[in-house]
Amino acid sequence: MNAAPRTLFDKLWDEHVITVREDGETLLWVDRHFVHEGSHHAFRKLDERGAAVAEPGLTFGVADHYVPTRGRPVIADPEVAGMVERLSGNAARHGFRLFGLDDPAQGIVHVVGPEQGLTLPGLLIVCGDSHTSTHGAFGAYAFGIGASEVAHVLMTQTLWQRKPKRMRISVSGRLGPHVSAKDLALHVIASIGTNGAQGHALEYAGTAISALSMEGRLTLCNMSIEAGARCAMVAPDETTFAWLAGRPHAPSGAALAEARARWLALAGDPDAEFDRDILIDGNAVAPTVTWGTSPEDALPITGSVPDPEAMPADAARRAYVAGALDYMGLAPGMPLEEVAIDRIFIGSCTNARLEDLRAAAAVLRGRKALVPGLVSPGSSLVKRQAEVEGLDRIFIAAGLTWADSGCSMCVGMNGDLVASGERCASTTNRNFRGRQGLGARTHLMSPAMVAAAAVTGRLTDVRDLPPLEG
Amino acid sequence: MQSFTTLTAPACPLGLANVDTDQLIPARFMKRSRAQGYGGFLLHDLRFDEDGRPRRAIPLDEPRHAGARILIARRNFGTGSSREAAVYALWDYGITCVIAPSFGDIFASNAVKNGLLPAQVSEADAETLLGLLADGGSLTVNLEALSITVTGTNTTEHHGQRFTFVIDPVRRLQLLNGWDDIDLTLRHTAEIADYRANRATSQPWTFPEPGMPSQAWNIRGAKGRLRP
Repeated sequence: MNAAPRTLFDKLWDEHVITVREDGETLLWVDRHFVHEGSHHAFRKLDERGAAVAEPGLTFGVADHYVPTRGRPVIADPEVAGMVERLSGNAARHGFRLFGLDDPAQGIVHVVGPEQGLTLPGLLIVCGDSHTSTHGAFGAYAFGIGASEVAHVLMTQTLWQRKPKRMRISVSGRLGPHVSAKDLALHVIASIGTNGAQGHALEYAGTAISALSMEGRLTLCNMSIEAGARCAMVAPDETTFAWLAGRPHAPSGAALAEARARWLALAGDPDAEFDRDILIDGNAVAPTVTWGTSPEDALPITGSVPDPEAMPADAARRAYVAGALDYMGLAPGMPLEEVAIDRIFIGSCTNARLEDLRAAAAVLRGRKALVPGLVSPGSSLVKRQAEVEGLDRIFIAAGLTWADSGCSMCVGMNGDLVASGERCASTTNRNFRGRQGLGARTHLMSPAMVAAAAVTGRLTDVRDLPPLEG
Repeated sequence: MQSFTTLTAPACPLGLANVDTDQLIPARFMKRSRAQGYGGFLLHDLRFDEDGRPRRAIPLDEPRHAGARILIARRNFGTGSSREAAVYALWDYGITCVIAPSFGDIFASNAVKNGLLPAQVSEADAETLLGLLADGGSLTVNLEALSITVTGTNTTEHHGQRFTFVIDPVRRLQLLNGWDDIDLTLRHTAEIADYRANRATSQPWTFPEPGMPSQAWNIRGAKGRLRP
C-alpha cells in the first residue's frame, strides 16, 4: 500500500484504517477494549441511546480502580460496592468477559491484559485510562481515551483519530547496575518535559531498550504519557515472543507461526523517518527521584533540591519551583538523600509486576523498614506467584503490609491514602498535588529505590545498599 | 453535543502551569453521578481546605473574577489522567473555553467532545493575557476567526487588542457544528463490517473469543432512534 519506508507506528496505523475522511480524520478498528468500574459515564451514554456493546468478544472488564486491597471480599464503602456491582451488571447484560473482584486473575487492567495474552503485537488497544500506553511495550498501538470515546468504542468498536506525528527516542549503551526502566523513564521525562512528546506517537529503540525485559518495557511505555505521549511502543522481538508463550489468550500452534511472521514484519523499515529523533545515553542514567509536583521534576538521587533563587531569568519557572517546594515541604539546596520519608508504597500499573516485587524484596531481604508501607501486587496472579517465591514473607518480615491487587494508593480512589503532609516514597507514576491523598507529598522512584528508602527512612541511593546474603 | 461559535464572557487568569486533571477534579469525587453536577469539585483542593472552607487561594474565587466562563492558564493544561470528569467539572462550573500555550492530548480531545474549546496561544500571548486580565475583564473568543479580543478591562487602553489561537482544523469544525461522533460513524457501518470480516479471516488471533458473535447489527438498530 505504501512504497515509502514506514515506521512501526506507520504500520500499526495503516493496518487499522477503516476509512479516511476528506479532512484527514480516520476511522480506526479497535482490537481490544478494556473497561473498568470507573467507566460508568460511558455505559450511561450507551444506555441513553439504547445501544448494545458492538463487540463483546473484544471487550474485557477489570475491577481495579476502586477495589479494596484489604478485607476482601467485603467492600466496606457502599458507593464503591455499587460501582463494582454496576460493572458486573454491565458485563452480564452485554455479555463481555469480566475479571471481577472474585476472579483469580483480577488485577490492574494494564497488568492483566499482558498477563492473559490479550495484549499482543500489532493490536490497537484502548481503555478509559491514560496509562493504556503501557501495552505498547508489545509493539501495539495503545492509548487512553475519555468517557465519550469509551462510549463510541462500546457502540461501534471504532474510533476517529488524526494521525499523530512520529517521535523516536533511541537509548544507547546499557543501564547500569540497580538502574531500572523507571529511572530511565524519569530521566527521559525530565529531559523533554511533561509536554515533550505531546501530539506524537513515541517509539523507543536502541541497545538499552533491546536489553530491557518485558516488565521494563511495560514500565517505560506506561510512563510515556507523563512525557505527553498518548501512545508509546517498542518493536516486538524474541523477548516479546518469549513472554507471550503459553499465555491463555495468545495464539499457539499454526496460528502462532503465522502471527510471528506478521509481528516480525512490524519493525520499522531501516530508512523510515521520524518527525523528531532524540538520543539518550543509557550509560549516563542514574537512580532517579522526583522532588516536585510533576513527573518532570526529577533528578539523580545524588543531586540536590533546586533553588528557585538560582533561576533569576525565568519568573514563571521560579514561581513554579517555589510553589512546588512549598507544597512538598522541602528546602532549596537540600541534598535529596537527606529527605526523610513517612511511608512507602509499592504498587500500580507502573511498577507492581513480578520483576518489580523481586527487585524490592532483594533490597529488603534481611532488613527492617523504618517507616510503614503498603505492597499491592499488580495482579492477583502476581500476588500468588510472589507468595510461591516467598516475597510476601520478606515484605512482612520487614514490617510492611502485604495487600491484594488494585490501583490502590497510586490514585487513592479505594481509600488507600497518604495522609495530609505525609511524605511517601512511591513506585507509582504521578506526583501531582493531592494524587495520593489531600496534601500528600509523593516522591516517584523505582521499586528498589523505594525499598532502600524504607530501610533508611530517607531517600537513598540503592547502589549504597547491597543485598544481604541469605 | 453543544456547538461553539463565539463567546464573550468574563475571563479569569489562572496563572498556573501543569494543571493536571487530578487537580481539576480530585479522584474522590468521581464516584458520583454526573446528574449531581461536578462544578463544585472544580480545582477543589486548591480552592477549599480539608474542612471544606474556602482558601481563596486562586483567582477563580475572587469577586473581581466572578462569573468567569473563560480560563487562561500556563503550559500543559489538563495533563495526566484521562478522566473526562475534568471537563465535566469545568463545564458544570460554567467554563466553556480554556486558553493556554499547550494542553494534555486526552484532555483536549475530551474537551471538544463536550463542547468546551481548548484555545492554544503562544507562551508570550498567554503571559500578556494573564497580565491584562489580572484585575478582571472579559474577552471575546471567535472560533470562526480563530481570534481572541479584549472586550473589557479596568482600563480601556487595551480594548480591541486582538490575539490569535490555534486548534486542530477537524476539532474546530466539530465544535462549530456540534457534530456527534457516533452519528458520523453510523454512516460507515458497511465499511466497518467489511473491515471486521477481513480481519477475522486474515488475522484470526486478533479475536480471542471467536465464539462471541458481533452485535454490530445493534449499531444499525440504534440508528433508527437517533436524531435525523
